Amino acid sequence: MKNWFKSGSPWIWLSAATVSISIIMVVGLIGLIAVRGLSMYWPGQIHQIDIKTANGGTETVIGEVFDSEQVTKERLTDAGITIETDDHFINRYLYKTGNRDVAAPDFRWVIENNIIAESFPKEIVVFERKEWGNMYGRIVSVKENGKLVTETGSSNSAAVWQVFNERFSRARKLQEEITSIEKHEIGSINYEMERLRLKQKKLELANAFDARAKQEIENEKSILDNQYKAQQSKLADLYKQIKRDSVQVKISDGKIVNMPLGNVIRAFKPNAMNLMQKVGFYVNSIWLFVSEDPREANTEGGIFPAIFGTVMMVLIMSVIVTPFGIMAAVYLREYAKQGVVTRTIRIAVNNLAGVPSIVYGVFGLGFFVYFLGGNIDQLLFPEALPAPTFGTPGIMWASLTLAILTVPVVIVATEEGLSRVPISIRQGSLALGATKWETLWKTVLPMASPAMMTGLILAVARAAGEVAPLMLVGVVKLAPSLPLDGDFPYLHLDRKFMHLGFHIFDVGFQSPNVEAARPLVYATAFLLVCVIIALNLVAITIRNRLREKYKGLDH
Amino acid sequence: MSDSNQEIVSNLPESEDICIKVRDLRLYYSENEALHGVNLDIPKHKVSAFIGPSGCGKSTLLRCFNRMNDLVDNVRIEGSISIDGNNIYDPKVNVADLRRRVGMVFQKPNPFPKSIYENVAYGLRIQGINNRRRLDEAVEKALKGAALWDEVKDRLNSSAMGLSGGQQQRLVIARAIAIEPEVLLLDEPASALDPISTLKIEELIYELKDTYTILIVTHNMQQAARVSDYTAFLYMGDLVEFDQTNTIFTNPTKKKTEDYITGRYG
Repeated sequence: MKNWFKSGSPWIWLSAATVSISIIMVVGLIGLIAVRGLSMYWPGQIHQIDIKTANGGTETVIGEVFDSEQVTKERLTDAGITIETDDHFINRYLYKTGNRDVAAPDFRWVIENNIIAESFPKEIVVFERKEWGNMYGRIVSVKENGKLVTETGSSNSAAVWQVFNERFSRARKLQEEITSIEKHEIGSINYEMERLRLKQKKLELANAFDARAKQEIENEKSILDNQYKAQQSKLADLYKQIKRDSVQVKISDGKIVNMPLGNVIRAFKPNAMNLMQKVGFYVNSIWLFVSEDPREANTEGGIFPAIFGTVMMVLIMSVIVTPFGIMAAVYLREYAKQGVVTRTIRIAVNNLAGVPSIVYGVFGLGFFVYFLGGNIDQLLFPEALPAPTFGTPGIMWASLTLAILTVPVVIVATEEGLSRVPISIRQGSLALGATKWETLWKTVLPMASPAMMTGLILAVARAAGEVAPLMLVGVVKLAPSLPLDGDFPYLHLDRKFMHLGFHIFDVGFQSPNVEAARPLVYATAFLLVCVIIALNLVAITIRNRLREKYKGLDH
Repeated sequence: MSDSNQEIVSNLPESEDICIKVRDLRLYYSENEALHGVNLDIPKHKVSAFIGPSGCGKSTLLRCFNRMNDLVDNVRIEGSISIDGNNIYDPKVNVADLRRRVGMVFQKPNPFPKSIYENVAYGLRIQGINNRRRLDEAVEKALKGAALWDEVKDRLNSSAMGLSGGQQQRLVIARAIAIEPEVLLLDEPASALDPISTLKIEELIYELKDTYTILIVTHNMQQAARVSDYTAFLYMGDLVEFDQTNTIFTNPTKKKTEDYITGRYG
């Protein structure tokens, strides 16, 4: 036993165990959120069940199983539900029944013992709608301007489905056109109008708003007005067209609901799909999730703006933090006289890394947003006042706040890298007649670049996951436009943005429909992890390239 | 400290041109005097070797010639060193310019983690020479001068870190001579190399002395005897004796030199 301890084996086993636990934890964590998040897009079977009601009748429920659990009989009895059974434990299922607008609530617990019959009718259609979540039901008829086009009879359901799909894809195209006009064309016109208004105000403030300037602005305004009117009439026409067709759906309780096709985003029959179709549908769902805008208070639709905002904020932060951190480290390590002052600065920098991030948020709000932003507005954008331009939270302030939050990491890593460049290399360069600066620039900094990248990797990892300070300095629940678009000057650093981390918080805790939003929380969390991994992989690849290039350090 | 402080310890024949004049050179690390007033005349286009036991100050003295000691904290230097009549410790001297005129090769090969070509071109690029043709010519000339051209001419763009130790040392010499210095300082250039590489370096030194004034520090007395024309013996920060190599090794004037040469200590 004593020899076994002496041999060192126990420590090897111990460290192996620790490593295994770490790996299991990482894989488990990612696995859990991946499975929970990604499974919600799988088109599950739609159940149609008949259940006993409290007063002895029966009721039909259509929906998909969302969750299941075992409860004790006592609990149900306490809740006022009486079950005639001897079992102590009773299974119950949570069905997502949808139809929130006509038959609330949209989630329903059903006790297994109450189920009389269960079936999976192929003709049940799931409608994903712009509003009110999913609808489950059977198509009764399709109407054009209120006149019957086709009606489900005894044997023509395939034909009706085809007619529905033709008209539905027409409506989708119109819908896409409407969205594009509203978002891009009219958005641009509004943006130009606002710029014109600001221009006029600026001229007024400078007392230069004379007749000629007035004429010019009037001219531009009238051009924009005409464009706007043209787009508006086009839009009105499209709205009229999209209202043409409607579908009538019979829902679980037999009620027939009339629904304009413009309200439908997707319609599919999960019970009639084969595996290939389901896989295709699944991939399409995930694509929509990452590429679409959110709907219905973020509980439905995609999260593209949040992905975009997160990545962009991290990139801007990197652009700011890298030169700052490197310059600070170079000065501290290479130029400053080593002594009490530099030691104090170094300790301060290291401690800065330990300050809680919300404190940075408060600092960012007080210093960047109110002080810097406020002054910038006074100096550069007086025409927009009292509406703030930079004196309000925005992506630039968020990036700057995160940059000061992560700058210690970059400084420490860069200093480490600089100290690892051998003195012999520096002397070799100096002996050839290079000045200190030339030696730094041509030899030392390139050799320290892998360490700088390591610092940047750590900074990115920390910044991408940070949420608390962002809530104070620029992140919002729903940003109307991206910080990068086709309107001059293309990059809008003053705009507020969406962020995956905040999105998780918002969907998970601030949403009106917690049950429906839960899978979205997992999916968003998984995506956030993926985005961070992707950003890190890019940085790690660059670092490894650099390492390969300057691998003289080990000699 | 020593009675030889003020006396010029060299016996140069009248025929030699003097390249470097060292006068009463004292060097202090903080308060410790490491060189106790060295006086020395070094002949032009000859190889002068510095020998002596470890810690005697040979490397410190060598590093005075291109002011490498400036980089060490708390170093203070008194006295003067004149190269071609100009005192290099004059406050007006540009140190980078000085180091262009006085090249140095270190004990351990220290190529930059760049290509062979870029290593040799480094000093020229520092001087602002970026013309490709001029660089090509200079690189080829320097590599030929360092007897490395034939071995690396087909892989000029591969990394210098892939060369063997001996090749790296010759590359570093090529790098030093590419900027055409007047003086070349070699600080134990062969101590980290195998015998064959050592031989190549020694042959190289022999060829280079027509063009450069070479100062070499070595631990190896046979090497000093083989490559140098003049030899200086240093002991405990004092220059004990400086004379033609033949004289030093066969008929030294000082007892200390004889003891060291014959291996009685050191």
